[in-house]
Amino acid sequence: MIELTRVSKEYPRRGAALRDVSFRIGKGEFAFLTGHSGSGKSTTLRLIHMAEKPSHGRVRVGGYDSEQISHRELWKVRRRVGFVFQDFRLLPGRTAQENVAFALEVVGTPKKAIVPKAQRLLSQVGLAPKAGALVNELSGGEQQRVAVARALVNEPTVLLADEPTGNLDERATRGIVDLFFELNAMGMAVLMATHDLELIRRRPGTRVLELDEGRLVLDSAAPSAVDGDAQGGRPESREATS
Amino acid sequence: MSYAVREAMAAFRRAPVLTGLASAMVGLALYVLGLFGLVAHNLRASLVLLEERVEVVAYLRDDVRTDEIELAVGDLRQLPEVQGVEYVSKSQAFENARAEFPDFEQVFADMEVNPLPASLQVQLRDGSRTEESVARIAQVASSFPFVEEVAYGEEWVQRLFTLRRIGAVTAAIVGIAFAVVAALIIGTALRIAIFARRDEIYIMRLVGAKDGFVRRPFLLEGALAGLLGGALALALTWATYRGVDSFLFAIEWIPATWASAGVGAGMVFGVLASSLAVRRHLREVT
Repeated sequence: MIELTRVSKEYPRRGAALRDVSFRIGKGEFAFLTGHSGSGKSTTLRLIHMAEKPSHGRVRVGGYDSEQISHRELWKVRRRVGFVFQDFRLLPGRTAQENVAFALEVVGTPKKAIVPKAQRLLSQVGLAPKAGALVNELSGGEQQRVAVARALVNEPTVLLADEPTGNLDERATRGIVDLFFELNAMGMAVLMATHDLELIRRRPGTRVLELDEGRLVLDSAAPSAVDGDAQGGRPESREATS
Repeated sequence: MSYAVREAMAAFRRAPVLTGLASAMVGLALYVLGLFGLVAHNLRASLVLLEERVEVVAYLRDDVRTDEIELAVGDLRQLPEVQGVEYVSKSQAFENARAEFPDFEQVFADMEVNPLPASLQVQLRDGSRTEESVARIAQVASSFPFVEEVAYGEEWVQRLFTLRRIGAVTAAIVGIAFAVVAALIIGTALRIAIFARRDEIYIMRLVGAKDGFVRRPFLLEGALAGLLGGALALALTWATYRGVDSFLFAIEWIPATWASAGVGAGMVFGVLASSLAVRRHLREVT
């Protein structure tokens, strides 16, 4: 589903953002991607979303290879991978339904199917009653639900979330994470970047990938990982199998 | 209404001054070409009229004998390009000159000797008034020993063609200059449009809109600006035609195919200019 093989990413001014990172996320798997600010979480997600190409190594997503895919074919990856951001990135001045409908329209959904499908997606994320509300009038948690509904327009097999709870209070955070687990239970692979360790502790048994200065220092699913560390306590820094 | 059309129309409302300016520049560029078209078309019409008057005149020596003239007339009439040959005697030439220049009547009256030569005037068939045919007939005529000189107005025909060429080069240079400015303005207008819609473009790419879908509204916007520019150029050229025709001298309007090609060229230009600009500026939205 998602496979990173010895991936490095270097920027001309910033230097190395990722160093020799390898991991694989299978179909229907849930994983937290954690680490300090600047550890390379967002870069990893951008590489998986193929918004950027790795400097070295290879990223494979659902059969598409970063080395082989052309700029013109990127839309194919984007339709298999949904993306949710910390800052929601909704279109202000439009309703929740219009935001979802816009995404449906640009991916070529037949005109007649747009409104019913937008309503169904909003209902799926528990926001049907607020469909007609302007997004800037919604709470942070509700806005994030709209963003999730938008990410689901293509019925993706993978959902990437970059600090999706970073702007939310505890209750909204819990709601969004529950939503992600519900989607995961329906078969969607989810990779959620977060630096909120408390959130990870509340989900024992979930796979954790930890980055530190661009290196993958922990993969709780790797054979060398100690189960107890990945379940509850702060993931200890340790060399991952890469 | 499709998304592309809706957004292209919205762009005109969003930045009307810039889009209008882009259309105006395309219009000016095409207006220059339109003016050249008007001049070229009328010059061509004039050349056709002048061409009909093209004839070869062989001036004869004063001592030429009648049998020699008859022989030459016979030889020239046998050439396939020749429609007819007319002999103009010295006295006929003098009378023709007096009739043509009545202001010089006194000068003609005071002349003791007729200075004008006799001539053979060779009329050409339609389709045979090419530079090559005329030169060939002139060569045949000048081969007679009693022919002093052959004239067929070579110089002024060449001058007219030279003038037309100069006009074409000038129009091309001015037209290209306006076209470059128009392309820059279209580029700026599109850059503003892309900036204004950067959030939407970002989301389009995020959810997997195809490149063509993202570009289409901008290309359509360029096509509309070009089309408006073409229409403006047509209107300006028409106004110029009416002005010249009414107040200066009679001229002909350009053929309808030229006019529609001009408007079409505006649209194509708009699409090309916006295609270049979109390719460049869309990269800025990642």
